[in-house]
Amino acid sequence: MLTITVNGIERRLETLDVRTSLLDLLREHVGLTGSKKGCDHGQCGACTVLVNGRRINACLTLAIMHDGDEIVTIEGIGTPDRLHPMQQAFLRHDGYQCGYCTPGQICSAIGMLDEIAKGWPSHASRDLQTVLLDDAEISERMSGNLCRCSAYPNIVDAIREVAEPVSKAEAA
Amino acid sequence: MRDFVYARAATAGDAIGAMAAPGARYIAGGTNLIDLMKVDVERPSRLVDISRLPFTDVEDQPDGGVRIGALVPNSDLAAHPRIRRDYPMLARALLAGASGQLRNKATTGGNLLQRTRCYYFYDTALPCNKRDPGSGCGAIGGFNRIHAILGASESCIATHPSDMAVAMLALDARVEVRGPAGARTIALADFHRLPGDTPHIDTNLEPGELIEAVLLPPPPAAAGQVYRKVRDRASYAFALVSVAAALTIDQGVIARAALAFGGLAHKPWRDRTVEQALVGERPSAPAFDRAADRLLADARGRGHNDFKIMLARRTLGAVLREAAGAAR
Repeated sequence: MLTITVNGIERRLETLDVRTSLLDLLREHVGLTGSKKGCDHGQCGACTVLVNGRRINACLTLAIMHDGDEIVTIEGIGTPDRLHPMQQAFLRHDGYQCGYCTPGQICSAIGMLDEIAKGWPSHASRDLQTVLLDDAEISERMSGNLCRCSAYPNIVDAIREVAEPVSKAEAA
Repeated sequence: MRDFVYARAATAGDAIGAMAAPGARYIAGGTNLIDLMKVDVERPSRLVDISRLPFTDVEDQPDGGVRIGALVPNSDLAAHPRIRRDYPMLARALLAGASGQLRNKATTGGNLLQRTRCYYFYDTALPCNKRDPGSGCGAIGGFNRIHAILGASESCIATHPSDMAVAMLALDARVEVRGPAGARTIALADFHRLPGDTPHIDTNLEPGELIEAVLLPPPPAAAGQVYRKVRDRASYAFALVSVAAALTIDQGVIARAALAFGGLAHKPWRDRTVEQALVGERPSAPAFDRAADRLLADARGRGHNDFKIMLARRTLGAVLREAAGAAR
């Protein structure tokens, strides 16, 4: 048996094929189809969800390994009438075309900003001790999310806007 | 994916005991194993889930080194203050690997146990001595752009994909393992194997042995530490060539050099004669070139990967220049 919390709601699954990925559990058993299956091999990031607050690829982990974990999917990030600031920013900056990668992009971006808030460096950081958020940092940290429509410049704009509300306001 | 029995281990002892079942495998982050199970390359009959075992700390050691729990995620290790400050080449190597999502899941022990990214290994329709011993090597005479130029055999020219392990090798890491016969410590230099005629065996772990930690000795004093990775795109790609270097300069002369290489061989590559060739030299292009001569004396391209020989030479030169500049 598996007990898992998805978007704040506890779910108990009595029978589950051990081979079920977390992504398939969310989509096929819980009925939340916002998390997308792109490559199913951890290469595209369309399945990105937050597990205990950390972004991971839901396709590359077994559901049964997540007993007791708290999962947040795009459905738990915001709703059509109560959008998360990151969702609003993606709309404002046209951060998508077909939209297939967008739930993963948004979950990943939210997880990524939390990593920056914790002071985690990246491959793009010149100094491992001091994290400065610029476009190169955003691109590097989001490299696990592919967009085949190539909306990357607008995705970077959207994320930058959410990351730097204060400096943005000052500039305006 | 083939069916398997799943069991979560409550203790390391439980885990080691559960591995007595034929075809059993440990699973932690799962980012490589599950991928390989999906393509039917890995076919475990039983998965022993070790992800909740308490190997999650990075601890300072009395000798000034650190002990890294086997389950510390790659992202946490890269961000750890001690690693960033004292072992920056390791932080850099970790950050050069995979993506943010994967680093959040991939573990220290699992990173060491990554399997090759050789396309012939991944494709069950093609021959591969690593996946199916005796079936032949598709990469020899095939498409071998990413393959080994050092230490390969006529059975296998695959490379090891890890960045982390390359930096750890240059840092003289040791691996703490526990198995049915008890605990032991293996130098990372002796952990991975060359392919020889048994390329299906990646490491010198005994059956059932569990990685519990990686030990790093105190950081090399006053050394310039560099990790450089050359790849086909700027992010989220495996190394064609990577170099980890720790260089200590004393009165203008190289006093100590520790070098390890990724993308060149079946295991993270270290050649002490290259390091010895640098000791006593003033940092200079000719000295770096002589070190590259030594490194690449036995290098052999297989066609598509011939470029790696020059790429390794140039990357080594650039890294040594940078490390010499960074040495205090």
